[in-house]
Amino acid sequence: MNSVESKPNVKFKSVTIISNPEISPNVFLLSFKRDFSFRAGQVLGLALLPTDDARLYSMANGENDENIDILYNIKPGGKLTPSLAALKPGDTLWITVPFGSYQGAAEPAYWIAAGTGIAPFTSMYRSGMGGNKILIHGGRKLDSFYFSKELIRDFGPRYVRCCSQQEGEGVFHGRVTQYLEETEDLPEDQKYYLCGSAEMVVECREILLTKGIPFNNIIAEIYF
Amino acid sequence: MSISELPLQKDLLLGKTLSDLKLIAARLGLPAFVAGQIAYWLYKTNIQSYDEMTNVSKKARLLLTEHFDFGVQAPVKVEQSNDGTKKYLYPVSNHKFIETAFIPDERRNTLCVSSQVGCKMGCLFCATGRQGFQAQLSAGQILNQLRSLPERDLITNIVFMGMGEPFDNVEEVMKAQEILTSAYGFELSARKVTVSTIGIVPAMEVFLRESKCNLAVSMHSPFDDERRRLMPIQHVYPIKDVIETIVKSDLGKYRRVSVEYIVFGGLNDTSRHVKELARLLNKLRCRINLIRFHPVPNVPLPSTDEVRLLEFQKALNDKGIVTTIRASRGLDIDAACGLLSTKALVQSQNSEF
Repeated sequence: MNSVESKPNVKFKSVTIISNPEISPNVFLLSFKRDFSFRAGQVLGLALLPTDDARLYSMANGENDENIDILYNIKPGGKLTPSLAALKPGDTLWITVPFGSYQGAAEPAYWIAAGTGIAPFTSMYRSGMGGNKILIHGGRKLDSFYFSKELIRDFGPRYVRCCSQQEGEGVFHGRVTQYLEETEDLPEDQKYYLCGSAEMVVECREILLTKGIPFNNIIAEIYF
Repeated sequence: MSISELPLQKDLLLGKTLSDLKLIAARLGLPAFVAGQIAYWLYKTNIQSYDEMTNVSKKARLLLTEHFDFGVQAPVKVEQSNDGTKKYLYPVSNHKFIETAFIPDERRNTLCVSSQVGCKMGCLFCATGRQGFQAQLSAGQILNQLRSLPERDLITNIVFMGMGEPFDNVEEVMKAQEILTSAYGFELSARKVTVSTIGIVPAMEVFLRESKCNLAVSMHSPFDDERRRLMPIQHVYPIKDVIETIVKSDLGKYRRVSVEYIVFGGLNDTSRHVKELARLLNKLRCRINLIRFHPVPNVPLPSTDEVRLLEFQKALNDKGIVTTIRASRGLDIDAACGLLSTKALVQSQNSEF
């Protein structure tokens, strides 16, 4: 999730970048050492300088992992991501405390993401909450399925990749919305966690509502 | 904006603050006083082109033409409601459109302006949210909704309650509100301008610190879990933090804060809600504005009936919270609260999924 402005009195602390590789065209995974606790699904504010406005990103690592991982893509004309992508190991980044109530739970659920919206779900899964979840991830191209090796290994058939612009083995060819429309018997008594752009969230939510899922069972996080 | 940050490509002149115009004059090698002249023509007249700036030199006009689009764009469509409300359609850019509602009544004429094409916030009950997000509006595109309005001279109040979340576009909204309320601009009283937000706290703090305009906060539920289901923003900026931030700020004597509350019959209008609203708003000088829910297709939320609505209003008033009910205006042309949408005009987006 990205935000617009920081609090003028926001408390930042500095961290040192460990790595910041481009894991897919225009998509990066920034890591630094974790020295605080957080709940899977929460966000951090990031800034290049403590005087800058913080922008919010979900953490992609597990609650007990050694490092914090931030998955992000470069937004053309974006205020932070082009500079973020230029950071190298040893560079300094400023972060806020973790916050947010978009958090995982132990109950069976559907996790539905698009693009870098997979981040909070990888955090939840890496924190031990993935065993009874169905993970549906939408992306434009076959290289949009970040962490897919690990997810294929651990989720098996409960991990569904929906690729809108390319065909691939074991991948549903079509948008995540199309997959949801074509899926029958979605349980009405389970939670559906959505994470992605506003367009993705509202379209998926509408499909789920049409299929009879109560709105109380749809929990959305929107990138803004 | 510094001189080095001035855009290289053609930008809109409409929407530039006086400070911006001074920088522009300096960059173009024009005398500083030209900035004031330009502001006058932009914001205090109805001229449509540079040629009509009769006290600005021809050289200056040529330079302005070369570097900036004037920025005035007439609406391309208008629909009129039985109750006199009008809904205007403005083109923005690249086949993108916004809607603006003109709401006349006996005591005031209100213009409801948009701040974004679409919206990123995804509130369950809102038609605008269902079209996703297409673009930010520049300050000029926000102000053009007033500048090019046929009823411009009748407008007494401006509300940022159209399409979009104003504080997701805070820089342009701050410029727009400055120009609306400045002596060099439209010269409206800050008490006649209201910016409505779902509560993006950091941007709201900027607004509370740097503007004197009124604030409206969309609450719709005082309960954390319930509000999260209605408004995803609750995950990162809970309503209690929003209210605390306002309470801590210096509102001054005249600034008005209203809490917007769409009533979903049986869902968020119970005695439990009354009690929690009273607790949450205990330290805030505000009023609650109850809004009838106007059904949106496929949105599984109930409307309320008039009896129940009045009972809820009375219960809140009895708790000492001044509570009003907003008249639903422009319902027959989908201009009422939460119904503005240009989804039908949105071209296919290159989405991430």
